[in-house]
Amino acid sequence: MAERSFAREVEHLRLGAGEEFRGEAILAITKGLLQAGVAYVGGYQGSPISHLMDVLADAQDILGELGVNFQSSANESTAAAMLSASVMYPLRGAVAWKSTVGTNVASDALANLASGGVTGGAMVIIGEDYGEGSSIMQERTHAFAMKSQMWLLDPRPDHACIVDLIEKGFQLSEASNTPVMLEVRVRTCHMHGAFVCKDNVAPAFTLEDALAQPKRDLDRIVLPPAAYAHEHEKIAQRLPAAIAFVRDNRLNEWFGPEEDSDGPPPVGIVLQGGMYNNVIRALQYLGLSDAYGNTRVPLYVLNVTYPLVDSEVVAFAKGKQAILMVEEGQPDYLEQAINTIANRQGLTTRVRGKDVLPMAGDYSLQAILAGIDAFLATEAPRLLGNRPPLPTARPVLDLPVVKRLRETVPARPPGLCTGCPERPIFAAMKLVDQERGAHHVSADIGCHLFSILPPFNIGNTTMGFGLGGASAAAFGRKTTGKRSIAVMGDGGFWHNGLTSGIGNAVFNKHDGVFLIVDNFYSSATGGQDILSSRASNASRKTNNPIAKAVAGIGATWIREVDRTYDVGRMKAVLTEALTTPEEGPKVIIASSECMLNKQRRVKPQVAKAIKNGARVVKERFGVDEDVCTGDHACIRLSGCPSLSVKQLDDPLRDDPVVTIDNTCVGCGNCGEVSEAAVLCPSFYRADVIHNPTWWDRARARVAMGLITYLQARRDRARPLAGAA
Amino acid sequence: MPTEILRLPLAPAGEATERPIAIAIVAMGGQGGGVLTGWIVALAEAAGWVAQSTSVPGVAQRTGATIYYVEMMPTRDGRKPVLAQMPTPGDVDVVLASEFMEAGRSILRGIVTPGRTTLIASDHRALSIGEKSAPGEGIADSGVVHEAIGATARARIVFDMNALAVANGSVISSALFGALAGSGVLPFAREAYHAVIAADGKGVAASIRTFDAAFARAAGEEAPPPPSAAASPEPALFDAHCGPLASRLIERLPPGVHAMARAGLAKVVDFQDPAYGREYCGLLEQLHTVDLAAGGAGRDHVFTREAAKYLAQAMAYDDIVRVADLKTRSGRHARIAAEVNAAPGTLLQTTEYMHPRLEEVAGILPAPLADWLMHRPRLFRAIDRRISKGRRVRTYSVGWFLALYAVAGLRRLRRGSLRHREEVAHRDAWLALATRLVATDYALGVEVLRCRRLVKGYSDTHARGLSKFDRVIATIETLAGRNDAADWASRLRETAVRDGEDKDLDGLIRTIGSFAGAAGAA
Repeated sequence: MAERSFAREVEHLRLGAGEEFRGEAILAITKGLLQAGVAYVGGYQGSPISHLMDVLADAQDILGELGVNFQSSANESTAAAMLSASVMYPLRGAVAWKSTVGTNVASDALANLASGGVTGGAMVIIGEDYGEGSSIMQERTHAFAMKSQMWLLDPRPDHACIVDLIEKGFQLSEASNTPVMLEVRVRTCHMHGAFVCKDNVAPAFTLEDALAQPKRDLDRIVLPPAAYAHEHEKIAQRLPAAIAFVRDNRLNEWFGPEEDSDGPPPVGIVLQGGMYNNVIRALQYLGLSDAYGNTRVPLYVLNVTYPLVDSEVVAFAKGKQAILMVEEGQPDYLEQAINTIANRQGLTTRVRGKDVLPMAGDYSLQAILAGIDAFLATEAPRLLGNRPPLPTARPVLDLPVVKRLRETVPARPPGLCTGCPERPIFAAMKLVDQERGAHHVSADIGCHLFSILPPFNIGNTTMGFGLGGASAAAFGRKTTGKRSIAVMGDGGFWHNGLTSGIGNAVFNKHDGVFLIVDNFYSSATGGQDILSSRASNASRKTNNPIAKAVAGIGATWIREVDRTYDVGRMKAVLTEALTTPEEGPKVIIASSECMLNKQRRVKPQVAKAIKNGARVVKERFGVDEDVCTGDHACIRLSGCPSLSVKQLDDPLRDDPVVTIDNTCVGCGNCGEVSEAAVLCPSFYRADVIHNPTWWDRARARVAMGLITYLQARRDRARPLAGAA
Repeated sequence: MPTEILRLPLAPAGEATERPIAIAIVAMGGQGGGVLTGWIVALAEAAGWVAQSTSVPGVAQRTGATIYYVEMMPTRDGRKPVLAQMPTPGDVDVVLASEFMEAGRSILRGIVTPGRTTLIASDHRALSIGEKSAPGEGIADSGVVHEAIGATARARIVFDMNALAVANGSVISSALFGALAGSGVLPFAREAYHAVIAADGKGVAASIRTFDAAFARAAGEEAPPPPSAAASPEPALFDAHCGPLASRLIERLPPGVHAMARAGLAKVVDFQDPAYGREYCGLLEQLHTVDLAAGGAGRDHVFTREAAKYLAQAMAYDDIVRVADLKTRSGRHARIAAEVNAAPGTLLQTTEYMHPRLEEVAGILPAPLADWLMHRPRLFRAIDRRISKGRRVRTYSVGWFLALYAVAGLRRLRRGSLRHREEVAHRDAWLALATRLVATDYALGVEVLRCRRLVKGYSDTHARGLSKFDRVIATIETLAGRNDAADWASRLRETAVRDGEDKDLDGLIRTIGSFAGAAGAA
């Protein structure tokens, strides 16, 4: 791993029965898996799932004691396929990924898995990256559950509830021979809370048992005619079994009064489990609940959003004038389903939902509050009483000074870290563009995608993780004009880019440029090791060079840049790739270690070396403020967070000059860029020699002696015109 | 809403007022917002409360804007509260902002309201990429945030918590935590906060020191440090050669111009020699005469003052002699050592990243020789190939220092050089235009002077600046005679200063071209 320790988190996994766990929900889920007796775990990192993967990767001891096999899967498809271990054997297994992107990648394997069904419990932990702050396209995982017939759990945001549903989820999976998904939204994954633990459980049936006694059942394999039978089996056996289990074990929950002083309440709210906390708060604002969840409006909380239990829906809706479906995201699958149930059962209850709530987007508290308010105002106005004032910021936002503020506050897009080795790559691309005109750039997912934002503004499309190369496929014909450039990171390359991008380009004799950004880790997701990582890893085989893989798949024009900070070379290699007459894909592998991880690794080592008296040269950059003219061309080619501007106390100068703060890690990018772009001579690198040798000292003494003499000489000749 | 609701004689159904304490932390990725959030949660839990925090890191992990949200509440009769997962506009008790524009952003999110919110913000700035990359002054106005805070927060604690943290050897999260404690919004004792920091186990002493300092500031126990006494720059010292020049300027120019003229004189003399300073004085006095003729006395002599400023800039242009001189000056080594916090016992060396081209070298040659060379493109390119490459200059090594020192000594050749001839021609044309326009349109004449600001940088950047200047000046000429000419000129310049890629500037020039009737769009 990237020299980052999760030892503290790993200790949480050891907690025993009766002890209280406190921490993030994603860690509670990790603990829940061990309590449920999983035999194997896999997955692919990505927010909000990374933490689960990181902690398990560092928890080899505990996993070893329990006999659990943990894999960092090559991609989500690999992870999903891994669940096939539960098809024939009573093995519990779980995999995790970021959804919907990960589910998209995995859907082929998931569909096959769901068709044949499972013997042991199989669970997919879905990190539902939806709503504010999401980094991906806005879609729901719900559709996948429905189309493949997998059960979708959507627990109330409460650690105890989530952990309980993991165990119940495995039982549900086994009772209905169907894989299940446990959907946890981003805010819930990162939610701090507590629950009381149980002991970890070693799997009763082990992977060794399975290997010792292999089992084969043709009926469980997706081949005609079994495949046809599977579809009927899903409907005739597995679905009823699941519904019975959900109902009998009361996986869904009910809150609020069954009887009011005036008889049965006229309205009720049906909600996805994940919406519960915010719905309670909205009811509180309306004066209909207290802070502890004592609601006056009946709630039917769907901890299982697929399948619905018709009898529960009917029982809840019956006798009510109207119910409100609180369902985040589009389309309104649940609302439609409940309408269908109500219709088939001949209920007169009105089903409301996205007529008062937003069809699309994050269900913020404001949105839920407005929706419930509108629902009650038309269906049960008496409940609202004399309406306490609702919280609002409208008057504040309408103030003229706040409107002015809206024009003042600058956007703050994310960018590459200080010292990021990808910065010089894009600086070089920008310089090449300045010389040769703009190019079509197929971007990819990963840190390098920040090239799309200021200051680089490079990149025309992004199609999916590892698909940077593939998405340039249409531009592959040999032309006399400009070539396309496809970018992918090492993470994307190993996820699928080797075959979908490079292999495809080799086979189709693609004429374009393929730039692989190799920073030694899957960096954007937290610095996990991958095949080409340069660190040694006791439990994984690393150090498999990308260049070998690319050559192995048939690429012939391959250039490696081993120090991306060499902007001049980077620029020269790009230019060569764009102009060489050689046929086939031009593959550039630009490698330098992710600075975030490097600093984490190197900083303590350097501090220790200095302390021990070793000669260490520490570098950082600076700007001579009287040389800088305040044009900021360097920033437009860099965007380094440590590079900023400051106003001088000089009445003759209008514009702020560039300054470098103490967070500079001395990567050298600004110097190299100003040299390659022929910008300006204001940058200097300061080398501070710690524990200098006698030779260092002697040399410095001689040089500084002469220099001081010369400086004094010139100072005497200088006309005294004050401090200019 | 049906009117019957309003007439209902019902009280609110439940205890809507009994709500958790809600705290939002707005920060930038990498600022330690997560640490602060963890501390606040630990603080509440240590008191036996239930606390819940959430965050949405997403792509905001790298320097982007991000928000953390905490709710806390005691249990009642063993029942745990249900806590919300996101802040509700109008219902947040405390907003902690680790940067000043982020405080502004929190107001725009509606989570700072007069009825409820204590805003605790550091007023230091971490500039956004848009502010930094403007080819001039692009920094957002913090004054607007101050005003908005005044109008929206119930209470505010605003000071430079970053500086306070750095001064105490810690990071901003400690200062924010201290300010939160000092605000008195939460019902926890100061010791409880200390205990949380101590339990964290990393950099505890510095964190506590920072916490206490911030606590004292927030609780009003300690007055803010007095502003540093660098309000007015000290008048420059002049020697026997320059003293008379300075006195001459003071005699002949109005008082409002004195400070600028003295600074300008000092800059020009420092750039070349006292004789050059005399040239500056002469030109400035001429421009002052023009100013008076145009009615400058009634306009505060703006034309003269701007001339004093921009003439000095124009005369002290950036060439390799100046760069070499600045890099070899006494005091620089010590200044850099202080800037990089070089510890005693260490040695400091610097490496300059230089890329001189033959254009720059030829610029310092005597004009006839340079002309001769410029007319022989093949020879020029051949020499350029030798010269033009990136050079890593070890400033404080004997060899390189001598080389730089020698280049700095070339200032004697400067006034006969090609570059100087070009600079003078450009300067004279610019002053002639300003002189011509100020006679009929005072404000426009002033704007022409101010356009000098667009010329800056080295090599290509300098060439781009010059071309920008030329385009703006050419457009201004087409505007002469219009009532709103000065406004347009000002807009042109401001746009040129903000726009790195010249797209906005080109658009504006086209717009002006469409009504000014001339081919302004070059």
